Amino acid sequence: MVTSDAPANPWLSWSYVQDNAPEILRYLGQHTSLSAQAVVIALLVAVPLAALAHTWPRLSGLVLGTTGVLYTIPSLALFAVVYPFLRDRRTTVLVGLVLYALLLVVRNTLVGLRGVDPDVRDAARGLGYGRWRLLLTVELPNALPSVITGVRLASVSTVALMTVGVVIGYGGLGQLMFRGFASGYRAQIMTATILCLLLGLAFDLVVSLVGRLVTPWARTKAAR
Amino acid sequence: MNDLRSAFLWLNDPLNWTGPSGVFSLAGEHLAMTVVAVLLATLVALPLGVLLGHGAHAPGTTHSGRARRSAGPGAGATTVVIANVSRALPTFALLTIFATTGLGFGNRPTVLAAAIFALPVILANAYAGIVEVDADVRDAARGMGLSGRRVLLGVELPLAMPLIATGLRSATVQVVATIPLAALVGGGGLGRIVVEGFGTQRYGQVIAGGFLVAVLCLLVEGVLAAGQRLVTPPQMRVTAAARREST
Repeated sequence: MVTSDAPANPWLSWSYVQDNAPEILRYLGQHTSLSAQAVVIALLVAVPLAALAHTWPRLSGLVLGTTGVLYTIPSLALFAVVYPFLRDRRTTVLVGLVLYALLLVVRNTLVGLRGVDPDVRDAARGLGYGRWRLLLTVELPNALPSVITGVRLASVSTVALMTVGVVIGYGGLGQLMFRGFASGYRAQIMTATILCLLLGLAFDLVVSLVGRLVTPWARTKAAR
Repeated sequence: MNDLRSAFLWLNDPLNWTGPSGVFSLAGEHLAMTVVAVLLATLVALPLGVLLGHGAHAPGTTHSGRARRSAGPGAGATTVVIANVSRALPTFALLTIFATTGLGFGNRPTVLAAAIFALPVILANAYAGIVEVDADVRDAARGMGLSGRRVLLGVELPLAMPLIATGLRSATVQVVATIPLAALVGGGGLGRIVVEGFGTQRYGQVIAGGFLVAVLCLLVEGVLAAGQRLVTPPQMRVTAAARREST
């Protein structure tokens, strides 16, 4: 297939990056903003959901079951079913990403809430804390490290998942990968892939830094 | 709503179900690709995970999910790194990379990519399963004079089975969910219906395809869950909560 006078088709090409910087940056921006939005929305929905499920244990099976089933449904199928109704590429991908991130955050939040030391809970109850005050001022702060772990997982997989949005034409860096595939241009695929990995790493780093800031007490414990 | 109706019409048309590119044959292809991918991943990941776990002998290793991330140095750390990197690497990226190399278009790159993504799931669960075997049980077996090999085969492996089975199950469901992406790089499977529908802007067909893919996934998940329950002795059944934490 490759003839001797075929143009070079390297996997890495700096000149490709330089020549197409505006386009690459546009897709990178799209990828970053949508992934970040999805993670933030998922966090805002998942924590109250997990708190509810924790407070009323009967709900927890329902909540975990529903989010689990949603997680089983392939992203391609989800985008396919949602898009015709919303008819908006951005919103469709956002909805999909939020649904997938939900399970990870809900599950970790619940694990964290359940893992709170019973003695601590008893002490707070003994001090006369009501159910909600206990949840907000004792249990949730104690569960924070676990919540943060969930958000880290969710942010990394959200960045990776967004590339599937290419099926409805809104996949951020996935768009570049697809075009590279369609034209057989390797540098385009590889650049997008590396940027995707770096973006996932950056998200992970940002979330864990924020996590450190909001759990100052955890730093005094020996690092595991 | 019009799209819903045309989705229903599409599903109701027997011509869409039979024939070489009908639902049945696409679903068959989907499942065949799944089997190959899971087999490939299992062949590599299962022995590796079991041996790493056997070699670790980590005393007092913690439980499931969190353990894998905060596990000690060596083997544990390796599985953690593999699991994390694979989470960050988009399947789609691997798919396009494989499809652009000599592997050609279609099913082969997809099966390979799916296998690579199933690997860490199986590996991590096999590793965790072996490592989490009660140290006392292991010591007792040793004290009875069993060799390392016999401890592994006769004690550790059977005790690790529930977690290993969970890993295989999660991996299989994940692969069934990954295979639809094949259609984006010219491959087969149920994803074809969706991608074709998008290409021709027949959103009824898109919904129908998405629905079928989702149903297949839930079906596979259900069958595997039931099968796993059947073959696991009651005393060894992992509770639903523990399973969720470990996947």
